Amino acid sequence: MNPYELLQTIVFFITLLVLIKPLGSYMARIFQGERTFLSPIMTPCENLVYRISGVNPEDEMGWRRYAGAMLLFNLALFVSLFVMLLTQHLLPLNPQKVPPFTWQLALNTAISFTTNTNWQAYVGEQAVSYFTQMAGLAVHNFVSAATGLVIAIAVIRGFVRRKTSQLGNFWVDLTRCTLYILLPISMIFSLVLVSQGVIQNFSAYRNLPLVQSTSYDKPKLDDKGAPLKDAKGNPVVESVPVKEVQIPMGPVASQEAIKELGTNGGGFFNANSAHPFENPTPLSNFIEILLILLIPGALTYTFGVMVGNTRQGWALLGVMLLILITAFAVLQWAESSGNPLVVKQGIQSINMEGKEVRNGLAGSNLFTVATTGTSCGAVNSMHDSLTPLGGMVPLSLILLGEIIFGGVGSGLYTMLAFAIIAVFVSGLMIGRTPEYLGKKIEVREMWMSILVILTAGVTVLILSGIAMITPTAVASMANPGAHGLSEVLYGLASVSNNNGSAFAGLNANVNFYNLLGSLAMTLGRYVPAIAVLAMAGSLAEKKFIPPSLGTLPTDKAPFALWLTLVILIVGALTFFPALALGPIVEHLMMVS
Amino acid sequence: MSKHTPQPQSVFDSALLRGALIDSLKKLDPRTLWRNPVMLCVEIASLITLVTFTMSLTGANNEPAWFTGAVSIWLWLTVIFSTFAEALAEGRGKARAASLRKSRTDVTAKRLDKAEFGQNYTTVGASQLRKGDLVLVEANDMIAGDGDVIAGAALVNESAVTGESAPVIRESGGDRSAVTGGTTVISGNIIVRITANPGETFLDKMIGLIEGAKRRKTPNEVALEVLLIALTLVFLLVCANISPLSIYSVKAAGQGTPVSLTILVALFVCLAPTTIAALLPAIGIAGMDRLFQKNVIALSGRAIEAAGDVNVLLLDKTGTITHGNREAVAFVPVGGHNERELAEAALMASLADETPEGRSVVLLARQQYGLNRETPTDGELVEFSADTRLSGLNLEGTRYRKGASDATIAFVKKQGASAIPVDLAGVVDRIARAGATPLVVSKGSEILGVINLKDIVKAGIQERFLRLRSMGIKTVMITGDNPLTAAAIAAEAQVDDFLAQARPEEKLRLIREYQEQGYMVAMTGDGTNDAPALAQADVAVAMNTGTQPAREAANIIDLDSNPTKLLDIVEVGKQILMTRGNLTTFSISNDIAKYFAIIPAALLSIYPQLAALNVMQLTSPFSAILSAVIFNAIIIPMLVPLALKGTGFRPMPAEKLLIHNLLIYGVGGIIAPFVGIKAIDMVIGLVV
Repeated sequence: MNPYELLQTIVFFITLLVLIKPLGSYMARIFQGERTFLSPIMTPCENLVYRISGVNPEDEMGWRRYAGAMLLFNLALFVSLFVMLLTQHLLPLNPQKVPPFTWQLALNTAISFTTNTNWQAYVGEQAVSYFTQMAGLAVHNFVSAATGLVIAIAVIRGFVRRKTSQLGNFWVDLTRCTLYILLPISMIFSLVLVSQGVIQNFSAYRNLPLVQSTSYDKPKLDDKGAPLKDAKGNPVVESVPVKEVQIPMGPVASQEAIKELGTNGGGFFNANSAHPFENPTPLSNFIEILLILLIPGALTYTFGVMVGNTRQGWALLGVMLLILITAFAVLQWAESSGNPLVVKQGIQSINMEGKEVRNGLAGSNLFTVATTGTSCGAVNSMHDSLTPLGGMVPLSLILLGEIIFGGVGSGLYTMLAFAIIAVFVSGLMIGRTPEYLGKKIEVREMWMSILVILTAGVTVLILSGIAMITPTAVASMANPGAHGLSEVLYGLASVSNNNGSAFAGLNANVNFYNLLGSLAMTLGRYVPAIAVLAMAGSLAEKKFIPPSLGTLPTDKAPFALWLTLVILIVGALTFFPALALGPIVEHLMMVS
Repeated sequence: MSKHTPQPQSVFDSALLRGALIDSLKKLDPRTLWRNPVMLCVEIASLITLVTFTMSLTGANNEPAWFTGAVSIWLWLTVIFSTFAEALAEGRGKARAASLRKSRTDVTAKRLDKAEFGQNYTTVGASQLRKGDLVLVEANDMIAGDGDVIAGAALVNESAVTGESAPVIRESGGDRSAVTGGTTVISGNIIVRITANPGETFLDKMIGLIEGAKRRKTPNEVALEVLLIALTLVFLLVCANISPLSIYSVKAAGQGTPVSLTILVALFVCLAPTTIAALLPAIGIAGMDRLFQKNVIALSGRAIEAAGDVNVLLLDKTGTITHGNREAVAFVPVGGHNERELAEAALMASLADETPEGRSVVLLARQQYGLNRETPTDGELVEFSADTRLSGLNLEGTRYRKGASDATIAFVKKQGASAIPVDLAGVVDRIARAGATPLVVSKGSEILGVINLKDIVKAGIQERFLRLRSMGIKTVMITGDNPLTAAAIAAEAQVDDFLAQARPEEKLRLIREYQEQGYMVAMTGDGTNDAPALAQADVAVAMNTGTQPAREAANIIDLDSNPTKLLDIVEVGKQILMTRGNLTTFSISNDIAKYFAIIPAALLSIYPQLAALNVMQLTSPFSAILSAVIFNAIIIPMLVPLALKGTGFRPMPAEKLLIHNLLIYGVGGIIAPFVGIKAIDMVIGLVV
C-alpha cells in the first residue's frame, strides 16, 4: 500500500469512528421517543402520518404483533413493486419506453428490494423506467432498511425491558426511523454527491458522437438466427462501425445516497458504483463507503446507550472492526501481489483488472470489504476479477452471515445472536448459567439464535449443492472450473445473506436463479427476522440479573476476542470444503 | 464422631468396567440412543459404513475393504465409547443404590390403630403402609417408612442413610421429629405417623436419583444439546454439499472421482461434536455422584446447576456461623469490686444453671481463677423464670443472682440496695454494643459486675466466606438477635449482610426481595419455621437432622448436616457446567485439524494441488481419513476420567477463568488433534 492509500484508509476509519458516537446517540434518542433538534420540523409530519394511517403511537406490541406488522408491511411492499415492474410500460416517466419485466424477473426483483438484498438480475439502464426507479426501488431502499433497523431496535428493547411482553410499536418505529434518520441523512448526502457530479434528471438517454469512431465484429446470422459458418467452420463476422455512444440519464443522486446508507446496494446503472454517474470522484467514493458503514456502525453505539452501557456497543464494534480491517488487509495484500499467472511471467504488477483507476486499489478494496461485510452489495469494482484469494475475502465476509457491520439493523441483530452463542459456551466454561446483558440464555434463546445465524448458511449449502448438479445452473457460469464454482457460491451466498452483489460472471437472469434466488432471499431475510423477534419477546419477559463477580463481563477484550473466534470458527467450519473447491484450489492451481 | 463416607471409587474399577461394557452394548438400541440425537446420527453413519464395507467385499464398491472395514469398526467404536461412558457413570451410582436397597428388604411394621403405647398392633409388610398409618417402633426395630414421631423418643441409628454411625435422638414435637425409612431404633419406643407411600419415601427417591433412573435433563443441558444438534445438522449438510461440489469439480477438472459415501460419512462423524455429545450424559450423572460422595443428596440435577449460579446465600447464624451457644469470655467488675470477687459470685450464681451459658460461666471461673466449688447440697437453687428473669443460688442467707441488667437492678433494689454502681450502665452498654450479652451479677443487695457472654464465631469461617465472595456469592446471616448484636457478629464473621430479629415471614420476604432483584438465592435451614423460606429459595439445602417439613421443602439434603456444605455444592454445580463448556469448546476446536486431514485426502484425486493443504504430511489419503476417525473415537475414552471427575475449579474472576479454560480447551483443542492424528497416521504407516 502506498503512503497515499494508507493515509486515505486511516482518515477513513477515523472519520467513521468520529461519526459513530453522535449518530449513535441521536438514533437512541429517536427510538426512545425523545426530542431532538429535528423534532420541530418532523413531529408535525410524524403526527400527520399517524393521523392518516390511524396508528395509535401509544399502542405497544408484543413480539407476535410486531413481527406480524413487519411481515404485513413487507408483503405490501412486495406486491406494490411486483405490480409496478409488470406494468411499468403503462406508467409515466418512461422516456426510454422500457418494456415490463417477465414475472420471474419481477418476482425476483420485488423480493430482492423488499428484503434489502438488491440482487439485480436485470440491467438498470435498460430494463427499469424512471418511475419504477423512484417510486419503486428508491422507496424500497428506504423502507427495507427501516424494517431491518426497527427489528434491531425491538431486539435491543428485549434486552432492556424487564418482565413485559411489549417491544414497542412497529409503525411508530418505522415512521420515526424513516423521517428522522434515513431521509435527512440521504437528503444531505444526495446533494453532496451531486456536487461531485452524480446526475439527477429526467432526460431521455443522450446519444453523443464519439471523438474517435470504432468498430466491432459481429457474427453474421442466417435466416433462422443461427450463426453462419464459412467453409472451414469458422463463424462469419461482419464489422460494425460505432460512431455514437448512448449515455443513460436519470434521477441518480436521490437514489445513490440511500443505496449506500440503507445497505441496499441496488445500482441505478448496471455498473453500480463503478459507473461515473453514480460514483464520479475519489471523494464520492470515500463518502459512499462511509455511508455504507455509517448506520450499522453507529447502531452499535445506539445499542450501548439503550442497554445502559456503551462499552457493550464498543465491544461489538471492536469485533466488527477487527474482522473488517483484517479482511481489508488480506484483500489489499492479495490484490497488490497481483495475478499469480501474470507474476509467473516475471511481471510484478498489482491486479487492477475490474477496478476503476480513479478509485485506486485501496479505494476499490475498501469499498469491496465494506459492501460485503455489510449486506450492501453495491460494487465499485468487479469482484469476479479479483485474484482467487482476493475474491475469497468478499465471499467469506458474506458467508460469515453479514455481521461485519452487517445490514442496517440486520447486522446488529445477527451479531447479537452470535454473541448469545458465544456467551452460552463461555458461560458454561466459567460454570454459570449463561447470561447476556443481565438476561439468562435458555433453550428458547438458543433455538432462536441458531435460526438467526444458520438459516443463511444452511440455505447456501443446500442451494449450492443443487446448483452444481443442475445443468442450467452450471451453464450460467462465465468461467469454467473452480472459478465457476466460486461464481455460483458467491451468487447464492449473496442472495441467501441478502447482500445482493454478484461475482458478476454469473448470468443470473435464468429461471433457476430467479426462482431459487427469490426463495433464498425470502428465507434469508424473514426466518432470522421472525426468530430474533421471538427471542426479543422471550428476553423482554425475563427479569434482570445484576452482574456479580461471577458474571462474565461481555464488554471487555477477552469476550470480544472469543466472539471473534466463534464467528470465524462457525464460518470456517461451515464453508471450508466449498472454499477449498473454489477459490483455494484456484489459487493453488495458479501458483503451482 | 466416626464417619463412613461412601468410598470414592476409582474410575476404572474392574467389576464396574465389566458391567458398564455390557450396559454400553445394550444402550446401542436406537430406542435408547434417541435420547442422544448426535450419537444416534453416528450410529446411523456406522450402519452406512457397514453397508459400504460389505459392498467393498462384494466388489460393488471400489474402495479397499480394509479401509471401509476399518472406518466402520472405528465408527462403531465411537458409538460404543459414548454409551460406555454413560454406562460407567451410571454404574458407579448403581453400585451405591444396591447397597442402599439392601437396607430395605423385608421390613415389617407394627401398625397401630391409635397413637397410644400399649395397644395391640398388627404386623404388616412395609409395602402395605400408606400415608397416615401409625406404626409402633420399638428398640432394634427398623423403621418401615418415612414419618414423623408423634409420641415418645428414641435413639436412632441413621447410618444407612447418612453414613453417620453416631445415633441421633428422634422425639415427638420440636425439630427432631422426622424419621427416615430404613433406619434402626437402638433404644426407646416411638409411634410414627407414616408420611410417604411405598415407592415415594426418601430412600426410594435417593435410590432412584443415584441410579440415574429418574434423571431429567436440566435446562442448561437441553440448551447445549440444541447447539450440538444444530452443529450436527450443519455438518450433515456440509458433507452432503461436498458430494455435488465434487461431482462438478470432477467434470471441471476432467479427472478424479467424486468423494465416496464412506469418506463423506467419516468426515461427518469427525466434524459432528461427538466428543461432547458422547460424554454429556456422563457429566451430569457423575456430578450427582460426586455430590453423593460428599454426603449430599440433590433431589434434582437442576438444583445442583442452580447452585452454581447462586449469588446470595442466606445462612442461619446459630450453628452455622457461630457455635450454637453463647459463652462467657470475661468478668467485668463494677463499683470498686475486684474480678475475683465477681468471679466467685458468678460461679455461685451459675452452679445450678445447667444451660450451656451457665456451664460456660462455671468453666471460665474455674479456668481463669482456679475456683472450684461443687454444687452445695444445702443451697437453694433458683431457676430461671419468666417472672424474675433471674437465676441463681441462695446459700447461707446470701442470694447470688445473675440476669439481664434491668432485672438484676430491680432485684437488688428490692433487697434494699442503697445505690447502683455508677459505672454499671457504661459497662453494660459497651458489652451490648460489641454484640455480646451482658449478664449482671449480684451478691445480696450489691451488684458486683458483669459477665460478658459472647457468641463464638466458628474458627475458619471467615475464609469460607472469603471463598464464597471470590465466587461472587454474597452471604447474608439470619438471626433472631437484636440488630446491635447481629451487626457485631456479622462484622466478626465477615458476612456481607445480616437480617436481625428474623421471623419466618421476614426470611420469606427477604428471599423474595432478592429474587425480585434477579438474584439466585440459596438458603440453608433445618427448622420447621425455615420451611416456607426453603420452598421459596432457588437452592434449598436442608440438614438431614432437620424436620420433615424442612426436608420436604428443600431440593438438596445434606446428610452430614454441615451448613457450609453449600460451598461444595456450588463447586460441583460449577464443575458440571464447566466440564460441559470446556468439552464443547474442545470438541469443536478439534474440527480444524480434522478438516486439514480429510479435505485434501478426499479431494486429492480431483485436484492434486490440494496436497498443499495436507499440512500434517499424512502418508496416504486412506490413512489420513482413518487417522482422523480413530482420533475422533479414542479421544472419548481418554476424556472419560475428566468427564467423571469434572474439570478443576478454583475461584477466580470470571474473565480470568474464561481465558484459562480457553487456553487449555480451546487452544489445546486446536493443537491436540494435529499431534494425535499425525501420530496415529505414523502408526498406521507402520502397519499398512
